[in-house]
Amino acid sequence: MMVPLRAVPSPEAHDDTPVAGKGLELAFDGVTKAFGDVGVLRGLDLTIPAGQFVAVVGRSGGGKTTLMRLIAGLDSPTTGAIRIDGTARRGLQPDVRLLFQDARLLPWQRVLSNVGIARGPGWKARAQALLAEVGLADRAGDWPYVLSGGQKQRVALARALVTEPGILLLDEPFGALDALTRADMHRLLTRVWRQHGFTAILITHDVAEAVALADRVLVLRDGVVADDVAIDIPRSARAAGTPRLAELERRILNAV
Amino acid sequence: MTRATALRRGLVPWLLPIALLAAWEAAAKAGWLSARVLPAPSDIAVAFWTTLKDGSLPHHVGISAERAVLGLVIGGGLGFALGLINGALPLAEDILDSSLQMLRNVPHLAIIPMVILWFGIGEEAKVFLVAVGVLFPMYLNTFHGIRSVDRGLVEMGRVYGLGPVALYLRVILPGALPAILVGLRYALGIMWLTLIVAETISASSGIGYMTMNAREFLQTDMVLLGIIVYALLGKLADIASRWLERRALEWNPSFHTGLEAA
Repeated sequence: MMVPLRAVPSPEAHDDTPVAGKGLELAFDGVTKAFGDVGVLRGLDLTIPAGQFVAVVGRSGGGKTTLMRLIAGLDSPTTGAIRIDGTARRGLQPDVRLLFQDARLLPWQRVLSNVGIARGPGWKARAQALLAEVGLADRAGDWPYVLSGGQKQRVALARALVTEPGILLLDEPFGALDALTRADMHRLLTRVWRQHGFTAILITHDVAEAVALADRVLVLRDGVVADDVAIDIPRSARAAGTPRLAELERRILNAV
Repeated sequence: MTRATALRRGLVPWLLPIALLAAWEAAAKAGWLSARVLPAPSDIAVAFWTTLKDGSLPHHVGISAERAVLGLVIGGGLGFALGLINGALPLAEDILDSSLQMLRNVPHLAIIPMVILWFGIGEEAKVFLVAVGVLFPMYLNTFHGIRSVDRGLVEMGRVYGLGPVALYLRVILPGALPAILVGLRYALGIMWLTLIVAETISASSGIGYMTMNAREFLQTDMVLLGIIVYALLGKLADIASRWLERRALEWNPSFHTGLEAA
């Protein structure tokens, strides 16, 4: 259920299209993945246009995490190919970043050094700018252990964005947060997605979260895309809840 | 807590030791305790002052400290290096680990007769024994530390573009540091224990020699002084390693005293 948890700021004009255009197109050509005899992904053929916000929903064991690891290059497909920006890729990708379920900050590095983990010339200034963007400019010198769960995920988001990735993968990053913090994170994610223009792929088992955030929801069941649903409702209208939104949510729940 | 209770908390733990010392002193002065069995605390203080003035105490302490540090650097360094290699390379672990585990089970003090046959009672014998003693705790804890680094953090480092060297220096080594420092503290304890035994059995200088020499001349106060010096040196090493832990593990909330926890 989409219940507004607090006063939502007035919707902005370009709510549904990213401003910048750094996103990369992501395509799957007959991708399968098997572990031994067990086929986890059984033939994926789909294209995600540059800059689109896609949510992937499905039950546990449906192949969501496997899909994410394939895109990140942590695993390779058994057959088929994953194309980023038109070219088939293998191995870890510098233009793909992954936001983990747990923030995975290095406890022995201060917040600023965690954001600028890749270093490189001028990393401090960029890391500081990203921290400001996620609203944590004043926590740069803190150790991670003093941060709350939501703050840790915001630091992780800044770290993911510091290298301006073309694709951002989000592996249930808000699952462990309380409802209010999660609503804050949704707003923040929508804002940075619009500003940076990356292609976003959000893995979640929360259908309400999927329809609130995404342009398109993929239902992954038994290793295939069971449904591919376009959320054709402006983001500004979603928080209030519309009959169309409820209908889409019901359709997705049935497909899962 | 009020000032009065804070003062009381600070003082109370000292009452019993002070009372015991006073009773001991009184018993010795009254002749109930023979000076050969247990000399008065004041006699030990005098022995301390005399040996400090004639330079023999600093001389022996210096020699013992040199042996301890040299043995720690050699054996600890070797154990640390072996732990790093075996933790990082499965092939090295296959080749080396089971042999090291077998050697570890030999009590290192049991090889003293061999060591005397090899090196006589020279410096090498003591340094060798200390090095053998500290090698295994450093090795085991470094190895274990490297192996128990959070896999999730290593995966994160790879996804975020860290090369093998950066991954090792910024993720694996800091992650193993708490265990490595535990190994160092064990090693420091073993270092003094080994040195005491080695110097007592065979030496011509050092604190152990000083006490054994004093025993020949029935100078019980000197023997006790030697024991106290060993205890103080052990305590000093412990304080140093605790300080190092607090500095190096500042990021770890369990090494804080609670004041700044948010």
